[in-house]
Amino acid sequence: MNNSVSNTARLLGAALRALLVLTLVTGVLYPLAVTGVAQALFSGKANGSEIEADGEVVGSSLIGQSYDLPLKKGQETPEPDLKWFQGRPRNGLGTNSVNTRYKLILSGATNRSGDNAELIRWVKDAKAAVVKDNSVTGYTVRASEVPADAVTSSGSGLDPDISPQYAEIQVHRVAERNGLSATRVEKLVKDHTEGRTLGFIGEPRVNVLELNIALRELVAGS
Amino acid sequence: MGPVLAGVLQLLALIAALALAYRPLGDHMAGVYSTDRHWRVEKWLYKGIGANPDAGMRWPAYLRGVLAFSVVGVLFLYLLQRLQGVLPGSLGFASVDPDQAFNTAASFVTNTNWQSYYGEQTMGHVVQVAGLAVQNFVSAAVGMAVAVALVRGFARSRTGELGNFWADMVRGVTRVLLPLSVIAAVVLLACGAIQNFSGIHEVGQFMGGSQQWNGGAVASTEAIKEIGTNGGGVFNANSAHPFENPTPFTNLFEIFLLLVIPFSLTRTFGVMVGNVRQGYAILATMATIWVGFVALMMWTEFAHHGPAFEIAGGATEGKEVRFGVGASSIFAVSTTLTSTGAVDSFHSSYTGLGGGITMLGMMLGEIAPGGTGSGLYGMLIMAVIAVFIAGLMVGRTPEYLGKKIGIREIKLAACYLLITPALVLVLTATAMALHTPGHSMTNSGAHGFSEILYAYTSASNNNGSAFAGLNADTPWFNSTLGIAMLLGRFLPMIFVLALAGSLAEQRPVPVTAGTLRTEKPLFTGLLVGAILIITGLTYFPALALGPLAEGLAA
Repeated sequence: MNNSVSNTARLLGAALRALLVLTLVTGVLYPLAVTGVAQALFSGKANGSEIEADGEVVGSSLIGQSYDLPLKKGQETPEPDLKWFQGRPRNGLGTNSVNTRYKLILSGATNRSGDNAELIRWVKDAKAAVVKDNSVTGYTVRASEVPADAVTSSGSGLDPDISPQYAEIQVHRVAERNGLSATRVEKLVKDHTEGRTLGFIGEPRVNVLELNIALRELVAGS
Repeated sequence: MGPVLAGVLQLLALIAALALAYRPLGDHMAGVYSTDRHWRVEKWLYKGIGANPDAGMRWPAYLRGVLAFSVVGVLFLYLLQRLQGVLPGSLGFASVDPDQAFNTAASFVTNTNWQSYYGEQTMGHVVQVAGLAVQNFVSAAVGMAVAVALVRGFARSRTGELGNFWADMVRGVTRVLLPLSVIAAVVLLACGAIQNFSGIHEVGQFMGGSQQWNGGAVASTEAIKEIGTNGGGVFNANSAHPFENPTPFTNLFEIFLLLVIPFSLTRTFGVMVGNVRQGYAILATMATIWVGFVALMMWTEFAHHGPAFEIAGGATEGKEVRFGVGASSIFAVSTTLTSTGAVDSFHSSYTGLGGGITMLGMMLGEIAPGGTGSGLYGMLIMAVIAVFIAGLMVGRTPEYLGKKIGIREIKLAACYLLITPALVLVLTATAMALHTPGHSMTNSGAHGFSEILYAYTSASNNNGSAFAGLNADTPWFNSTLGIAMLLGRFLPMIFVLALAGSLAEQRPVPVTAGTLRTEKPLFTGLLVGAILIITGLTYFPALALGPLAEGLAA
């Protein structure tokens, strides 16, 4: 009996030492080495791909933002600022519930199923809003033209991109609100449309933040 | 080019990349586990451990090593989380509650990486890097060690010795997982994954004001998270988060990473048993199921049945624009047919049938190609069962790789096979019968049942993905899922190692005209059939109540 207890103790001791030495290798040296490479070679990317406009950081090119008007009294959800290109819905996004000294973005999806009543309502409402907001004098959006990404939330809630089709149907509205011609805005969208990598990887996309920064420059310059 | 064609081309590119890596990586791993030369670094590590890496272990000793190392791992990780509040380098984050800390410790040690916490608001740098990410390495290395022990059981004869656990585990880290992770991490960095220890970033916004996000060692964690088929993300959104998976290319690259070791291990197996064609037969079985599942998934996701998706015009809920429906489908199948559980899109918002495919993938036992190591040993157990069934049909004592599959062997294989279904079905039924667990559901009806079935399937099979609408951070789910993960990991390992020991003691039987040729396509067909039929019979009633009901109603 004593023998087996001391054998077990010896074995657990070896296991603990194994864990500690491997923690040193994989939990200290490895991440520090990768961080060293990251900060030496890719420091912009490694720190979050922040982008500046007029000398000020306005976000990360990888993290989607909302482009809303300030919240008015009595409102629970802000209205979109239709001057700017709008991103995808972000119904799955949250704020932190613990360690609340910070106001952290909590990434996430809605996790609603296809037959979930709430999701059906969100999608219907979003579709109606996209049709209404983007139909301007001389240009009417039909419900069948609204692409799926415009009315559904992404996996992260932080999707920085929209499909070129969704950017396309926003062109007339954005042009009108900013006093620009639709052709100029259309060209701006074309310039910011990225195709599939190597022609087949992923899907074509438009980065909304980069597009809006370029739009602001265009408005300021005109 | 349409999205369907682009999806198919991405699948083909993935297959080509895996094929290119197959021989070099498989042969390399066979060498790693066969050589008796130690690297100088490894000698220091063995000295630190106080173990003799050349001492052969019989199966009980090998198992004791596995269990001792894992028990210590659970305790260490539990304490680290409980002490987070006083640890430096933790961003001032509070300690994790006991039930959640237990669940998370069990989860990462068992290679599951089920997360009942939100990464960005719960885990500071120290727990993330020195606790969770370390288990990403070592839990994968333990899985590979057990798989190699079973392969040695087939390859060796008239000895009880299966190798040395400490040497196998350490080499898995130093010679396989670590070098691959360094390369992968640098690729991810170059594409935009973040890697910093600068805490909380407060960053300006386009419309004014600011946003706060958490930094961290993301690229280094992401690399091993996929390579070790772990799946636990730094961020709640996992590989859907742009900081973890910034571009369409990184997405495809991450799918490659999570598949490359499990597939290549079949080559390692073939080399070690002295007949690479035996490895090809196992590879063909895995690849058939994987490609078939991807095809089914793409079909149902592009067809987007379900009221909300039909109104939207596509099943894009929970999917990122840059990946699209095609690549997201490949990721979803690959992560649930391995033990990864990382997600680049949220399975709960897949079509009813699509969600069913992710569950069925796990229910197969994650063997096509499965987790690092666990996929190979799971598949070899199924091969033993298939050989046994064939033996019954012709009335002959079954053999596999020159070893007799006798009463003892088939009992061990059958026990292995029964554990996970028992855990999944009993725990799901219990949760449904009780009053409170149902309060955690986000969706109601068939999909609500699926949330709970998915949770126990994921935990018992050590996958870690979720129908994440389920609020799993309750004492009930934290404890029962934690127990399911531990039992689902270590009970099967006991039977695998016992089987390995029993096989290693046998003397080989010569190949005769009556021997079932297990390197031929006929056997691959038999094996695929056995896997699908056994899984189907076990889980059909449960699947009918959840995803099938939802999918057929749509």
